[in-house]
Order: sequence, then C-alpha cells, then structure tokens
Amino acid sequence: MSESIFRLEGVSKGYNGRCVVDVPGLDIHRGEIFCVVGPSGAGKSTLLRLLNFLEPPSTGTIHFDGGRYGPADEVPLAQRRKVTTVFQRSILLNRSVWANVDYGLWLRGDRTGGEAVDAALEQVGLKDLARQQARTLSGGELQRVALARAIVIKPEVLLLDEPTANLDPYNVGLIEEIVRELNHTRGTTVVLVTHNVFQAKRLADRVALLLECKLVEIAEVHQFFESPSDPRTGAFVRGDLVY
Amino acid sequence: MEILRGFAQAVQLILHRDPALATIVALSLRVTGIALLFSTVLGIPLGIFLGFSRFVGRRLVIAMLYTGMGFPPVVVGLFVYMLISRSGPIGKLALPFVPSLFTPGAMIIAQTIISFPLIAGFTMAAVMGVDPQLRQQVMALGATRWQGAWTVLTEARVGVLVSIVAGFGSVISEVGAVMMVGGNIENYTRVLTTAIVLETNKGRFTLAMALGVILLALSFIANVIMLRLQGRTLDE
Repeated sequence: MSESIFRLEGVSKGYNGRCVVDVPGLDIHRGEIFCVVGPSGAGKSTLLRLLNFLEPPSTGTIHFDGGRYGPADEVPLAQRRKVTTVFQRSILLNRSVWANVDYGLWLRGDRTGGEAVDAALEQVGLKDLARQQARTLSGGELQRVALARAIVIKPEVLLLDEPTANLDPYNVGLIEEIVRELNHTRGTTVVLVTHNVFQAKRLADRVALLLECKLVEIAEVHQFFESPSDPRTGAFVRGDLVY
Repeated sequence: MEILRGFAQAVQLILHRDPALATIVALSLRVTGIALLFSTVLGIPLGIFLGFSRFVGRRLVIAMLYTGMGFPPVVVGLFVYMLISRSGPIGKLALPFVPSLFTPGAMIIAQTIISFPLIAGFTMAAVMGVDPQLRQQVMALGATRWQGAWTVLTEARVGVLVSIVAGFGSVISEVGAVMMVGGNIENYTRVLTTAIVLETNKGRFTLAMALGVILLALSFIANVIMLRLQGRTLDE
C-alpha cells in the first residue's frame, strides 16, 4: 500500500486571490481509502476537483499514475478517465436508470455495456429499477445510481464528495458497504471527503484534517482518532472545534 | 353557426381535394418549412453558443435577440421589402441568389428573420436552464468537451424542440410580412393566412373559416409531431 497513485507537490488553488486549497505535500496510496475531513468551506470539494482534473491547480504539480500535471498542462483523456467522482448532489440525466449507468461506457465508445450495467445495478441493489426514469427516484436511490454510474467504468480512483450527506441510515450503510467492497475486491483507491468523523472512522485507512485550506494532520485512522498529533485534530474529532 | 358551417366546409374541401386549396396549403407548408429549416440551422447553433459561452458583448447580443423575439412581423416585412425591392440596397445589386419581391423566396426571407430570434432565444434559455453542475459531473465521468456539450444539449432537448415549435407557430400564422413581400398572388404567393384575409374582405366568411380550420389543424399536427419527437405521450 506504499505506492502512491497521487502525489501533490506545492499544490494550491485560489479564486480571486483567496486561497481555497494549499497543500505543500500529499501522497495518496494506491488501493487505500483516504478520508479528508473538515468543516464546510475548508476546501475539501476543491481538493477533489483538483484530483479529478476538473480544474488545474493555481500552483504546484499533481503527479498521477506516471504523469505530472501543473497549472498549464492538459491532462490526457486516458488519464482523466481513470478517476471519477460521485458528488454530494448527484445529477442524473433525464433518461432511464439503465441509460444513466451506461453513460460512462457510452462516453468511452463501449456499446456492449449490457452485462456491466446490469452488474453495477445489481451491486447497488437497484436492478429492478433499471427501466425507471431517473427523475422519479428517491434521494437514496439517486445516489446509489450515481455510484453505479461511477463504478461501471471501473475507475482506478473513486472520489466521493460527501456522498451520504443527506441520506437516511439505511442508504448510508448500503453505500458504505459498496465502497468497502469496491476497495477490497477491485483494489479501487477511494478518496472520501466528509464532515462526518464517524463515517471516516468506519471506512478510512488514513484520515486527513483540512482546516481553512490547509492540511493540519494526516494519519492512520487509529492514530488520527486515538492520539492525534495536532490539538486541532483532537478538538475536531471530539466536536469541540468551533468553526 | 358561421363557425360550424366553416368547419363543415373545411372538411368538404379536404375530402374533395380542392385543387386551389391544395396549392395554398402546399405553398404555405413549403414557405414555412424552408424558412423554419433556415432559422433552425442558424438559430440553434447561436442559441447553444450564447448558452454556453461568456464573452464581452454577450449581454448586448442577448438583448438584441430578445428584441428580435418581439419584433412585429409587419416591420420585418417592411424591412425585407425595402432591402430587396429594385431600388433597395440589396435589390439593386440584382444578385442571382437574392429573390425578387412578390415571390415565395421573399416570403421565406421574411419568415426566416421572424422565426430565427425565437429559435435562438428559446434554445439559449433551454441550454442555460440545464443544471450547471451537470457539465462538471459528465466531465468527471470522462467526457470530452464535445461530449459534455452534446450531453447538455440533449438534456435541453425538450426546450430546443419547443423553440422549433415556437418558430413554426410564429411563421405559419404570420400574415403581415408575407402579404407585404409576397403580394398574395393566386397560385404563386397566396398562403393560408393571406387567403383568409382575402376571403374575409370579400365577405366569404365560410370559406375564410374553412381555411382557418385547416390552418389550425396544420398547427395542431405539427405540435403533435413535435411532442412525439420529444418521446412523450399526449396524456403525460
């Protein structure tokens, strides 16, 4: 688990002169579940957008799977397609559930996705809803379709941006189980952004705390929760940190 | 009762395949169809461009487009008339591809100018109405820029189809401009709307009503076809 799939060196991102993310150094290991916790507005989602190459960094270099990409570099499509994100508010296309899950395969020119789509829907427990219009789904079902849409393309890195933020405990449990299974069976690297420390504790191999655009601490999950080196981490975990 | 008689006569005219009526309907559909084709080919790309892009002067272009959407057809007719009449700036050049006044070609130009801003404006609104987060999400799934743009456009497809329906409705029912630049010449530039005006002026209200019913029916059929294209059923 020591091989890095992502290495960030001196990466920062700012808008209109305001710093949103400032990461001097960060390694994300291949095959791990890496959680980034922190309060709202800390820069967690921006960090994910940088990792998914949806935006270039303002400064620094992102090393990813043999490539290095700076602010002015175009990331090759093949590299971009190794990473995908499930967002907090997933937007499905105005099509059937099945067509939504097939979408990523369609983008890749794969027109033989029948079995893969069925398998992905089976995995998220929604095979029965395959023909249903996506807009008729409940919040939990919608998020599970978004997860199926992401996993059908077999990404090397799955980025999850607060994927269970507004879901009931049943759907939270289901999604966490699917993520865990993906990580164990396929070795998919997962980067999960959440402000829910309990979820981080349940899922993560390593956890990082992002506060006011800076990574305060990165540690193995037990160390992060049991004996954090930064007092702010302890305060955040205990819920004492006022922000 | 005039309405009922008109309706009955409309049915009779259709059933007997009245040749004069057939000529009028065929010309109406040809002029409107070609004008709609031109305005769609011009309007949809412009609407997409305005919906997607940000550039200096975009607001001005949009303001002009909105003005065009409410442009009185009779003013468009006057404008086209002045441009392509023999003494007009374009007409006096006698260019081979510019039609003369009182021809179906002149009517097509006027109808294209009337429907083009509607199609471009509604397409722009449809594209802008798609959740801005969608583009980010499809890019995250590995879409190229073109695939991303295409996906947004397909999500806006109902609005784009509505823009074409609106464009069709604006020109099939238009009378002022086609009367002005077409001249309502029998068997040449007489379309349904100008024929209705003529028959009403002659006091033949039943025939005018019959033509009106046919015009309504054409409009209805066009809308049903569009709804079918949208993949929706009428009971939805």
